[in-house]
Amino acid sequence: MADFDQELDASGLNCPLPILRAKKTLNGMSSGEVLHIIATDPGAVKDFEAFAKQTGNELQESREEGGKFYFLMKKG
Amino acid sequence: MAEKKLALIATKGSLDWAYPPFILSSTAAALGYEVQIFCTFYGLALLRKKMDLKVTSLGNPGMPMPMPMPVLLQALPGMQSMMTVMMKQKMKSKGVASLEELRELCLEADVKMIACQMTVDLFEFSPSDFIDGIEYGGAATFFEFAGDSDVCLFV
Repeated sequence: MADFDQELDASGLNCPLPILRAKKTLNGMSSGEVLHIIATDPGAVKDFEAFAKQTGNELQESREEGGKFYFLMKKG
Repeated sequence: MAEKKLALIATKGSLDWAYPPFILSSTAAALGYEVQIFCTFYGLALLRKKMDLKVTSLGNPGMPMPMPMPVLLQALPGMQSMMTVMMKQKMKSKGVASLEELRELCLEADVKMIACQMTVDLFEFSPSDFIDGIEYGGAATFFEFAGDSDVCLFV
């Protein structure tokens, strides 16, 4: 498992909260740092891809395990 | 990346229809958009200090119901409040944000909200009915921002 600097558990939250919480957390991080996000909203998979594309942050990893979704987002 | 702009017109004041403007605005702001919501007619309900919005199935045959119910029954006193309570419970159980939370997130993200002056006067609202930090304007005010927008929606 890759390293990360901060973690955000957005389990149980629905659109658009995972994105909004992630954005807020990233705001407090430095460029190059990595945020680990846990979500249960299946829509978050496409949404985090779209978020990364539009904000210049890098989605390093997106995977599903046991009904949860895990993302690694590197701040651009 | 040049800042993109989202211009919305919010015209509806029911619990369900208050979601699209707030969801789109908060998300757009998180994506780096500059956002304005122009609230007119029943959309002014989105700006009231206490939103207290209701949902109704009347005139909305598309609403999924827990059980089939004749329209006349749906019109009985108390049905609207009951449906509102049920909808709020369902939303909470599904992790859907409350409107108050979404509005707060919009305000934190500097989403600009404009109350349509004509309809404020029409419905005899006073500025004290509304949250702080909003502006008042008319159609020309809307176009000043919307004319340069990248996305422009009427909700």
